[in-house]
Amino acid sequence: MSIDWVDFTPRAALVGGLLIGLGAAMLLLFVGRIAGISGIVGGMLRPKRHDLGWRIAFAAGLLAAPLLYQRVTALPDIRIGVGTGTLIVAGLLVGIGTRYGGGCTSGHGVCGLARFSPRSIVATLSFMLAGFMAVFIVRHLFA
Amino acid sequence: MNIVFSFLAGLIFGLGLIVSGMANPAKVLGFLDLAGQWDPSLMLVMAGAIAVSAGAFAAAKLRKRTILGSSLLLPTRSPIDRRLVGGSLVFGIGWGLAGICPGPAIVLVGAGIPAGLIFTAAMFAGMGVFELLEKAKVRGAQAIG
Repeated sequence: MSIDWVDFTPRAALVGGLLIGLGAAMLLLFVGRIAGISGIVGGMLRPKRHDLGWRIAFAAGLLAAPLLYQRVTALPDIRIGVGTGTLIVAGLLVGIGTRYGGGCTSGHGVCGLARFSPRSIVATLSFMLAGFMAVFIVRHLFA
Repeated sequence: MNIVFSFLAGLIFGLGLIVSGMANPAKVLGFLDLAGQWDPSLMLVMAGAIAVSAGAFAAAKLRKRTILGSSLLLPTRSPIDRRLVGGSLVFGIGWGLAGICPGPAIVLVGAGIPAGLIFTAAMFAGMGVFELLEKAKVRGAQAIG
């Protein structure tokens, strides 16, 4: 392993992380819900009474974020290095996997770890491990 | 009021994803590439996010209701089982293939990036498959029962 000092952005990462935490804190303390994105949007497919509005509002906030950002300054570099086929397969796996696993990077990786949930620690280790393996296979075995 | 705060929470969360670099799939893959040139930035994203939300969860444990007076819904205890581990492994493979997880996927749609739209559509399809399988399971159980 060698560290990529060129792309390492500690300050932006930390500031962005604090904002993510602030958004999660706000949803928890004002709305009483966990900021787990896969659960929030996945729950839209199983509509219950009085349960849809806050989900749509949160997702609308996520959608509006780049629009607000662009009003102030240009969006930072966004590079997608994979083709349509990979995007579709990856999206399907992320959709099915997060629903079976009961969470994603936000619900398990941030909120779950923040409340010391053993379940979320196991989930986070699992998806991190699978993510490392997938990248290793794609970039180093089949490269 | 719930709707307003939910929107603001999503907005702040989304801005955090953009600022942190989580909304850039290439950067996420740089973090997941342990064997190559490793970009540790995402460790700091997690550290910052967990530090703030840990405070919020500690505060939430002392309360029965939210600041607005609605009920606080914390996850109920559920087991560590095959669903949790299997689902998380499947999610991790998808995450490693494209470098996109659910939050950034929605932000990429907002940014008008076609790849984000394709990924998000597939993600919703995957979630739909889960719902159908769950419904079939319930029906199967009822038929047996």
